[in-house]
Amino acid sequence: MKHLLSISDLSKPDAISILDTATELARVSDGAVKKLPTLRGRTIVNLFAEDSTRTRISFEAAAKRLSADVINFSAKGSSLSKGESLKDTAMTLQAMGADAVVIRHPASGAAQRLADSEWMSGSVVNAGDGTHEHPSQALLDAFTIRKHLGMGGSDLFGLNVAIVGDILHSRVARSNVLLLSMLGAKVTLVAPPTLLPVGIHNWPTTVSYDFDAVIPHVDVVMMLRVQQERMSDLFFPNAREYSRYFGLNGERMASMKSGAIVMHPGPMNRGLEISAEVADSARSVITEQVTNGVSVRMAILYVLLAGGALEVGSN
Amino acid sequence: MSVALSAQDITRALTRISHEILEKNQGSTNIVLLGIPTRGAHIATRISSIITSIEGAEVPTGTLDITLFRDDLRMRPPRAIMPTKIPTSGIEGKDVILVDDVLFSGRTIRAALDALGEIGRPRTVQLAALVDRGHRELPIKADFIGKNLPTSKNQSVKVLLSEIDGRDEVTIEEEAE
Repeated sequence: MKHLLSISDLSKPDAISILDTATELARVSDGAVKKLPTLRGRTIVNLFAEDSTRTRISFEAAAKRLSADVINFSAKGSSLSKGESLKDTAMTLQAMGADAVVIRHPASGAAQRLADSEWMSGSVVNAGDGTHEHPSQALLDAFTIRKHLGMGGSDLFGLNVAIVGDILHSRVARSNVLLLSMLGAKVTLVAPPTLLPVGIHNWPTTVSYDFDAVIPHVDVVMMLRVQQERMSDLFFPNAREYSRYFGLNGERMASMKSGAIVMHPGPMNRGLEISAEVADSARSVITEQVTNGVSVRMAILYVLLAGGALEVGSN
Repeated sequence: MSVALSAQDITRALTRISHEILEKNQGSTNIVLLGIPTRGAHIATRISSIITSIEGAEVPTGTLDITLFRDDLRMRPPRAIMPTKIPTSGIEGKDVILVDDVLFSGRTIRAALDALGEIGRPRTVQLAALVDRGHRELPIKADFIGKNLPTSKNQSVKVLLSEIDGRDEVTIEEEAE
């Protein structure tokens, strides 16, 4: 595997091997050892053309724990804000000898464009492209679910997951639907019809408009952020109404199964899709998702970069 | 293909290694056995149970995966990372005995020493290998050896263990050119 662009590029064994690798690497992060020499001498560029806290820091921490050199590169403060094209930026990175580029971009397909181009020879990791995909987030979500509810199995067979909220604008939802259903979980999407994409009935999921009917039957409730910055239209009458029908508050949480968990990819709009009471409750694994993110991203970088392509003169 | 060690030979070799470990360390009180996955880990478990039957006390036994510390990662496709399980007693101040199936270039052991250094500071580190086939590329030597097998570089030594392969045997095969 050279690039990680979309969950659809992964086979089930690929995905499970990333999760298993992450499990071993998590022990490293837990233990006294925080640094491994595995990627010494490799250069990883974080190319972030869109704002991010968790993903960028998480990839940076993952690369540093594997001893890679990290160059952070964000749109603000770089020539991207002067209008430099993705091509010229990529060629600059190539000239500097980047072994991998972790790219976040507002345009869907930007990571694919970079990987398919002749502009650079390194690996490309999609860290979120527009409303398309965010594969590393889905992998860390699957990792977190497997850790809590997987009962020692390697996949997520038999688990019920509800993904709730702004599905239309969510790359996290797209990647999660693909990955979680590949791993055997049953995914239910809960959202107002305006926030569901066209063609939703071709997805391997069921759709519900009634959060209260779904919530007692699921093992995982994954809340999505309402992405107001991507909303050019009116998608729901007002925030209070959205919150009443599709927000997760303490009262709704009380009807969840025992042992069921609450997830959110962050950043949260507290009071809109999730109440502070829920976000800080014992069911919430939201901060743990961040911790697991580092292990999963270490596993991704390990799988993409540690094994070299066969070079001339090697055996 | 020729058989270098039969099942019985392997059992005898491991029994002798166990006695040698006890002799050199004056008992089992301060030792920790760490097997290098996958086959080294099974051999460590066997040595551990032999020592337990001799001394009557359990020996802390674990596994140490060295994949992340290898210096030849770039030459091959990515390898799966195997579990590292350090006994709860830790390795600080202990006599750690690394256990591997075949000692060859010595690079695995160099990586293991690096991996150990990240975990703690043992009092001593010793090395036990079921087979030493020579061709060292680093100044590394085993303390306990089941069998010295002089080989040429284009032969390959295969260790089969009943836990994984269904039977115990060590064979030498000519590698096809």
